[in-house]
Formats: sequence, structure tokens, C-alpha cells
Amino acid sequence: MKKLMLGNEAVARGVYEAGATVVSSYPGTPSTEITESIIAYEGIYAEWAPNEKVALEVASGAAIAGARAFSAMKHVGLNVAADPLFTMSYIGSNGGLVIAVADDPGMHSSQNEQDSRHYARASKTVMLEPSDSQEAKDYTKWAFEISEEYDTPVLVRLSTRVSHSQSIVELGERVEYQLKDYEYNPAKNVMMPAMGRARHAIVEERMEKLKLLSDKGDYNRIEINDTSVGIITSGIAYQYSKEVFPDASYLKIGMCYPLPDNLILEFASKVNRIIVIEELDPFIEEHCKSLGLAVEGKDRLPLCGEYSADLLGEKLLGLKKGTYSLNDEIIPIRPPVMCAGCPHRGLFYAVKKLKLIVTGDIGCYTLGALPPLNALDTCICMGAGFTAAHGFNKARGNEFSKKVIGVMGDSTFTHSGITGLIDIVYNKGISTVLVLDNSITGMTGHQNNPVNGYTIKGEPTRQVDIEKLAYAIGFERVRKIDPFDVDNTIKVLKEETKADEPSLIIVQRPCALLKSVKYKGCVVVDHDKCKRCMMCMKLGCPAISDIDGKIIIDETQCVGCGLCLNVCKFGAMRMEGGN
Amino acid sequence: MKAESIMIVGVGGQGTLLASRIIGNALIAMGYDVKMSEVHGMAQRGGSVVTYVKYGEKVNSPIIEKAGADLMLAFEELESARWLPYLKENGTLIMNRQKINPMPVITGSAVYPEGIEDKIRSAVKNVIALDALALAREAGTAKAVNVVLIGVMAATMKIGKEVWIEALGKTIPERFLDMNKKAFEMGYAAR
Ligand SMILES: Cc1ncc(C[n+]2csc(CCOP(=O)(O)OP(=O)(O)O)c2C)c(N)n1
Repeated sequence: MKKLMLGNEAVARGVYEAGATVVSSYPGTPSTEITESIIAYEGIYAEWAPNEKVALEVASGAAIAGARAFSAMKHVGLNVAADPLFTMSYIGSNGGLVIAVADDPGMHSSQNEQDSRHYARASKTVMLEPSDSQEAKDYTKWAFEISEEYDTPVLVRLSTRVSHSQSIVELGERVEYQLKDYEYNPAKNVMMPAMGRARHAIVEERMEKLKLLSDKGDYNRIEINDTSVGIITSGIAYQYSKEVFPDASYLKIGMCYPLPDNLILEFASKVNRIIVIEELDPFIEEHCKSLGLAVEGKDRLPLCGEYSADLLGEKLLGLKKGTYSLNDEIIPIRPPVMCAGCPHRGLFYAVKKLKLIVTGDIGCYTLGALPPLNALDTCICMGAGFTAAHGFNKARGNEFSKKVIGVMGDSTFTHSGITGLIDIVYNKGISTVLVLDNSITGMTGHQNNPVNGYTIKGEPTRQVDIEKLAYAIGFERVRKIDPFDVDNTIKVLKEETKADEPSLIIVQRPCALLKSVKYKGCVVVDHDKCKRCMMCMKLGCPAISDIDGKIIIDETQCVGCGLCLNVCKFGAMRMEGGN
Repeated sequence: MKAESIMIVGVGGQGTLLASRIIGNALIAMGYDVKMSEVHGMAQRGGSVVTYVKYGEKVNSPIIEKAGADLMLAFEELESARWLPYLKENGTLIMNRQKINPMPVITGSAVYPEGIEDKIRSAVKNVIALDALALAREAGTAKAVNVVLIGVMAATMKIGKEVWIEALGKTIPERFLDMNKKAFEMGYAAR
């Protein structure tokens, strides 16, 4: 049977067909739909872990115990999971261990543009790179086989355009996988210096065998056509190249680590010149150069951003296209915004009023950094919202720290906020930190998490009690507030930032997009009462505009959350049809 | 046949993803090789979003290049102007006359351009403009803007109506199906 599938759905299908039974992941665009799709299949245990390190450790344990195990994450997630990855390289597998990692060239939804191929080399493992959905499924299945045959974790590298493009996939049957026997084997599974030394040597031997596999050509394919130009490429860049150079010869790389030295040299002997076309870093290009080949590539192609057929045509062939345009019309940009009804808006409105410095984090609330709220001072990585506030405290002292707050969401809190809380108390900091608890992992498209008390399948489970946790860690000041009660939010923020001890404020209101949230009606403006003080405009609500000297509510956008009623001092906002 | 390209542009939250799935299902039923590329994640939060659909005997890149779209389905006026350079010469633009202010316009740091439709018409020959939101409401839900627009598009293509109706059935949950079929018919008739 054939089916149109996202690259991510195809990876999930590959996990299913390979007979895997344990999956642990943490969401992150563009990888999230892999694990979300897996829960539709019977016979696979799947979970959202609190973070990627936990996820890969769970999958590692499952693989050692004899199951085929899988974990999916975005590129920056692999930074978090790097610790288990590097040592699992020594331990190897038992049941196959496969990790999908999705890069985001062009940074559609990420804080950096790192190239995860470096991790395969650094951890001395294997990396496969599909270029469409069919390959995404096939390579995932292969990855399990390689993992078991060569006793290594295997990475499958995706990118936004492979993960989020749909193409046709031929479905196959699920293999009936028997758990591998589990045997007590400390020399292989207990990594301490004596064992690690022996295993490192085995890893180096394994790399030699894997190079032979790479050279065999099952994953790396030579397509000889016109030999005046030879192109070495991989992943989505292969598809772009095919559009621009349909007649060229190709070495299509499907296993991007280890690279196939002999195939590369053979290809080089058959073509007049070689162009390496790869997004982000010159990973393949530098390898070719290390083989003594004079290849072209990053001399003309960029290191930053995504590629496209247009870009290749322009940079490599000097092509320029005539297009329709509205001449000198200025088209305003449309950046993403916090949704109408977003609970984070109330909090940031209060924070702005108090002119606080905000060490932020990653989630929907990062959008508070954009105008008109302009509310974030920093955003580094998940967890840094709290810890960077502590850094400000220690750099500039306690008085300064009273103007600083750290914020992060509920999912981010269980991902890596807890250790930051401990650091603050343990090291006698006085920071005020906030968990923005909207009862969901919002930015990545609504995944349940340990704070909202539902599993990946929506089953009720135990809920992390942030308040009790904070007391147990040693916080003595813990408050709970509703961000739409703007006056109280301002009051509590003032009280807690003033204190000479650390405070945790749990800011609670569910995401407006949750089905359980039932706002009703729509706000209308009473123009007789409106004094045009513009307080409502400071909310940055996409439903409120100032058009031709009048405050207008766009009824297609307004969800009836009522926040603007709370900030209008003149009673000019009225809820119509609401509750 | 050479690959044909349909580009769907709009504002995150307008239902462009569902539209591409319906189109994809119809094209698959016709036996084409199909590739589609979508935007998930951050831009879905009210940003400018684009979905590419390509079909034919064999499709390589899932991405449509500048001057590459045979058909452009624009869910919002400003977005039709933004993505216009992607329309092929003599390609067809189907545009919804809805306006959604982007944040820079809301904050007053930019203005929403006036008379976009007229300006586009003076450059592009094949333009179909309509108020899909009004039709969707008439069909029973403002959310069906996407299906109204698909109806309009279907009327311009050589694929049988029954194929589209079947694709709707494959994509849309049973309880919303009747309303959406109505929305489709209204779009189809509006052409
Ligand atoms: C290490 C890492 N893993 C995953 C992500 C992807 N990611 C970005 S925001 C986010 C979740 C945010 O959820 P939450 O903290 O609950 O805030 P919300 O978006 O709901 O406001 C995730 C998983 C990331 N940026 N970094």
C-alpha cells in the first residue's frame, strides 16, 4: 500500500516496521511528529520523557535489555543527550538503538543552526541521512539492522524539509522481533576506566568495519550521467541539486558518517570536476579535501541558512529569474505572535510595567521578546531562564538582583529548570523565578508533560507538584498567581522581588488553544468611553488594532479571554456573548 | 508531464495545513507522484505560512521556487502580495479578500498597504478574488475558509469534482463533513 507521509511519519512507520517496542523522546520542532505518530501503532511503548538526556537513557536501557529502542529529538536536544550518546557508543547496542535527530537549517523554529553530523563523528557512531519520506522509512529500518550487526547506536539525521515534507511511501509489514537475550556483561555494559579502555579499542575497530559498509554502496549511490560535472550531496540538498543539474553525475550520500572514501575516490576518477552541495557545514567537503581532492562547494555556497534550487541556480550557474512583484510596495513583515487569549500576555504586561530585567527561556513566552512587549533580556537554551538570573545575581549583587526575574514554562521547568532552582537555594541566591504554567507544552504544538498530569496518550497520571517540590528544595517563598489578574500579578511581583530570599512564583492559566478552555464571546469597544490611552495596545494582542484613530477588535481573532477588560481603566471594553 | 505546482499562503492558524492535506489526497487518488512541504512550529503562531504542493510523473524538490507556482491559493491579502514573486508567469492567483493585521501594523510601526488587489491585477492577468470568509460563514463555520478556497481552485483544475469530494471525506472528520461539503460547493460555484 502507498501513502502520502511526512518524513516524520515515515520515520515512525520505520520504527514500527522494524519491530521496535520502546520509544522515549522529548518534543522539539521539527522532530515532534515522529513520536506523536508512533503512538498510533500497537505494540510499541512510547513516552514523553522530561528531556532528551532522560529519553536517550531510557532507550539505552531498553536496548541493553534486549529491545529495539528509539528516541527522537531536535538538533539542540542532542546537546542535552550527548552525555549518554558518547558512552553508549562504547557500550553499543544489544537490541538496536536508533536516534532520530532533526536539524533546522534556516532556523524556522530554533535558537541556533547547529549541524548534528559533527556528533556522529565525535561520538564515533553511524549517521544515515534520508532525502525523502520513503528513504526516511527505509533508513530507519536499516538503522536498527546496522545497530545490531555492528553493535553501535545509529543516528538518523533529518532536516526541517525532510521532516515536514510529505511524499509517497510504500508501506511494509512489521517484523516480529524477538527480544535479544539479556546477559550480565559488565565488561560491555559497565563503563568505568578499565572497561572503557577496552571498549574504546573495540569502537575504533568498529569504525574500520563501518567504513567498509559505507563503501559497499547500499547507502551511498553513484549515478553516472554527464561526466563533466559530478555532484556529491546528501539529504534534501540532493533533491534541490536534481532540479538544477538534472543531467549531472551524482554521488548521493545516504550514510554521512562514516563517509565512503573509496566510493568518493572512484567517483572522482569518473568526473571532470566535483561540486559538494550540502546545507550548513562543509562536512562532506572537508572530508573530500582530506582525501586530496580539489572539490568546490562552500567557496560559492553559503554556510548559513537553508538551500533551495533557486539558490543553487544563482550561486553555481548565475541564473536570475524574472518574477511578478508589486514594485516598490512595502510589505510589512508578519512575525509570529502570542495568540489571542495567551496567558503569557498578562504576565509580560505586568512585568513591563515594573520595568524588570527578564532572563527568559524557550517556549511560546519567548515571543514576549518581540514588539510591543519587548519583555525578554536573554534567551539561551532550555533551563537558562532560572540559572542566568542567578548569574545576574552573582555578577551584580543582591540589590541589582531585585530588578531581575527568571521565567520559563512548565515543560521547560521539568526539562531542566529543577536543577537551576537547586542551584539558587544551595548557593544562597535571592532570585525571583517564575514558572509560566499553561498546562501544556505549547510551542511545539501541545504535548502533555509531567506538570499537566497526562501521558503522551492522554491518560491521567501523577502530576508534579511544583509548589511542594520548591519547598522540598529549600524555597520558603512560593506564590501562585493568575496572570490575567493584572493588579495582583503586579503586587506579587513587587513583593517577591523585594525579598532578600529566593522566591518562586507559579503563574497559572491554561493555554487558550486547549480544548478544555472555553472562553466565549468577543470584546467590543465602547468608543464613547474610550479615551485612547493605548493601554490595551500595549498588550500586543493580535485582535486589537488602532485603525483610523479608533481602537478596533477583530472579531475573527478575539477569543473572549477578557484580559483587555482588566487593563482598561475607563471601562470601555465590553464582553459580548460571553460568560 | 512536467511537475505542476500549487502554493498555499496565509497566516498561521488559518487552516492552510488542512488545505494541503485535502489537495494531497486528491492528487494521490489521481495517481500522481506528490510532494508537499509544510511549515510547522513557530510560524504557526500567527506568522506568515506557506505550503508547497508539487505533483506530476516524478517530483524531486518539495519546495516551489520563485516564478514556479502554477496556482497560488492566498488566504490573506497581504500574504498574496508577499508571495507574488513565486507565481509563475501566466499562473493563476486565487485570493481571499480577508485582511489580518500583522503585529508591526498593530503597533503602528508599519502600514497595511492599500489597494493590494488592484495593484496585483495590474501586474497579473489571472486573478480570482473573493470573500471566502463570508461564504464559509454562510456554509456554517468561519473555519471552512480553507475548504471554500479549495472549491474555487477545484473549479479551475481538470480533476473531477467527485475526486475532491472523496478527498474531503478522507481528510475531514465525519461530524464536520457536511458543513465542509457545503463550503466546497459554494467555492466551486463562486468560480
Ligand atoms: C533542548 C531543547 N529541546 C527541545 C526544544 C524545543 N522546544 C522549544 S520550546 C519547547 C517547549 C516549551 O514548552 P513550555 O516550557 O511548557 O512553554 P510554552 O510553549 O507552553 O509556553 C520545546 C520543547 C528546545 N528548544 N531545546
